Amino acid sequence: MARTTSPLDELTQREYRWGFVTEIEAESVPPGLNEEIIRLISAKKHEPPWLLEWRLKAYRQWLKMREPRWANVHYDPIDYQSIVYYSAPKMANRPRSLEEVDPELRRTYERLGIPLHEQERLAGVAVDAVFDSVSVATTYREKLAELGIVFCSFSEAVQEHPELVRRWLGTVVPYSDNFFAALNSAVFSDGSFVYVPRGVRCPMELSTYFRINAARTGQFERTLIVADEGAYVSYLEGCTAPMRDEHQLHAAVVELIALDHATIKYSTVQNWYPGDKDGRGGIYNFVTKRGKCLGRNSKISWTQVETGSAITWKYPSCILLGDNSVGEFYSVAVTNNRQQADTGTKMIHVGRNTRSTIVSKGISAGRGQNTYRGLVKILKRAEGARNFSQCDSMLIGDTCGAHTFPYLDVQNPTATVEHEATTSKIGEDQIFYCQQRGLSAEDAISLIVHGFCKEVFRELPMEFAVEAQKLLGITLEGSVG
Amino acid sequence: MTAGEGKPMLEIRDLHARADGKEILRGVNLTVYPGELHAIMGPNGSGKSTLAQVLAGRETYEVTAGEVLYDGQRLLEMPPEERARAGIFMAFQYPVAIPGVSNLYFLKAAVNAVRTQRGLPELDAVDFLKLVRAKMQRVGMDEAMLHRSVNEGFSGGEKKRNEIFQLLVLEPRLAILDETDSGLDIDALKTVAEGVNSMRDPQRAILVVTHYQRLLNYVVPDKVHVLLDGRIVRSGDKELALELEAKGYGWLEQEVGAAS
Repeated sequence: MARTTSPLDELTQREYRWGFVTEIEAESVPPGLNEEIIRLISAKKHEPPWLLEWRLKAYRQWLKMREPRWANVHYDPIDYQSIVYYSAPKMANRPRSLEEVDPELRRTYERLGIPLHEQERLAGVAVDAVFDSVSVATTYREKLAELGIVFCSFSEAVQEHPELVRRWLGTVVPYSDNFFAALNSAVFSDGSFVYVPRGVRCPMELSTYFRINAARTGQFERTLIVADEGAYVSYLEGCTAPMRDEHQLHAAVVELIALDHATIKYSTVQNWYPGDKDGRGGIYNFVTKRGKCLGRNSKISWTQVETGSAITWKYPSCILLGDNSVGEFYSVAVTNNRQQADTGTKMIHVGRNTRSTIVSKGISAGRGQNTYRGLVKILKRAEGARNFSQCDSMLIGDTCGAHTFPYLDVQNPTATVEHEATTSKIGEDQIFYCQQRGLSAEDAISLIVHGFCKEVFRELPMEFAVEAQKLLGITLEGSVG
Repeated sequence: MTAGEGKPMLEIRDLHARADGKEILRGVNLTVYPGELHAIMGPNGSGKSTLAQVLAGRETYEVTAGEVLYDGQRLLEMPPEERARAGIFMAFQYPVAIPGVSNLYFLKAAVNAVRTQRGLPELDAVDFLKLVRAKMQRVGMDEAMLHRSVNEGFSGGEKKRNEIFQLLVLEPRLAILDETDSGLDIDALKTVAEGVNSMRDPQRAILVVTHYQRLLNYVVPDKVHVLLDGRIVRSGDKELALELEAKGYGWLEQEVGAAS
């Protein structure tokens, strides 16, 4: 007899493979948020007074703000007083060399596929490893320093390059920008700092691997990347977290600054714990990412592959100030089971002949809800500005949803703006066609989805494109019976 | 071995199948030997395509009775991909598009799925290209087609050619052509026919499902069966196809109606 269940009927939960917990002694602050906690975090990091002042201003601003409710996501109210705002593995001092890193931590990163030994790493990739609230190791620093490139944890940058941090911090995302950015500015712990000097092309991929480990802890990282005139840098972040029944908050801020003729390529492979199939647990990923093309002919390119998190709320954006500057946003967002994503970008054209490209691919399976939200704004003096947007949604099964909210605000009549959108459904006829040629249903889905995402994957650095494809396959595992 | 001898490749016994609660196949019996080419003819709605799809494993159709043996194995118990790997190929009446997946990549995945099943090593890109280039010429396909997404933006004729091209590359044991001739101009029809004829082999069987006799001018069947209302009501040789061409299906419907 023929089987009576259709390949799309059954939706089963996959195992999250990064869900283990590292048993390590941690040094945490008590839960809750007040000025004392902020002073404590600042003191632990030996910060200069100006930075503490900045945090406190952000905190006072945050108290006056309300959590945004406009996103197309649903969750129970967050109790900000129950969150631990700082947790770090106990270390006498930050290890000076990789050999000094706690073996338990080293094992953790090995299990995650991120060995911290330089010789074991993919050649040509430098890694900053952030564990809960602190950076535990940064590889290839000396080699990069020879070229004048600064690649270190944010905390170290505050100590070693205070003038650079002070000059650029908050210039793209001011602390008053939005509720979560204000919260981050008050309590941010660690993240990466990159400065590429004038005329230098960074010879390797820089990457940060973020790991949430401790329970009931929020992660509030802050990353700042500055590419000076004519500089080039490609940066990648990856993220995972243990499986826990309660939700955990991740509210990061990323600021990018590109001066004249500089290029920053920023890629994200986001794989935070998505929660179980009924929506228990998982990370709330509420992130503000923005780049400023400050200089002429500068370029900022965002590529993101979002497969994890219970809820994703992020809009990596570009402010195109410099004439002829270029902004790009390439995104794949996948929601399976009860995951929700509201993601997209803002392209703000200020300078003349500025150009932007948006390619968004949303994939929904299970009961996942996927929203693209994007703004293309062309200001009065942006003569000759051009935008092309393409937003495609793919549905797997019939219990998920896809939504598209494109906003256009064009104030200059010479501008050209194009928008294309499609919604398709992986049909049983497509799967059957592949099966009839010998592929399993699972391989068929994977093939169809990869085809759908190809334009985005080819923007990723080679090593990570392969990882991203695998991850996508794993995320969709079990989305067919 | 000549046609009609030895062990049957395909035995369909009293096959009943339905979709959306409606019975479409109502007791089909058919035996096909290696080396044979059978044509299944019939008017619209007679169940021809349903028969092809049930053999390929389409789950929209529920088999309610009967059995099918393929090389002695119970075919209906095998999922569609296992049937494909065991050498059953269906050329689709409406091949679907898979955007972003190149024809070349798709076909390589298909060939390697079959090879893996047979314990053969997977072909790499270079060997695979060699294999497909030769076959492409036989169906008058341009190399550019390899790099286009599967069936995306293909014309009707290009889609059918592409199905025949896949048939040539995959070299199945049992090929089922589901109305591959529909909507083709005469040149495309000839190309398809040449492709099918080049696949005739004592070890292979071909089932051609068609509404019209047209294709059978170029692809000469060993046996012709007429499917009416879910049953094979008449079987014969190629002369039967010519008779149907001349007289239509009406007289058969009347005869069957009078007999029952």
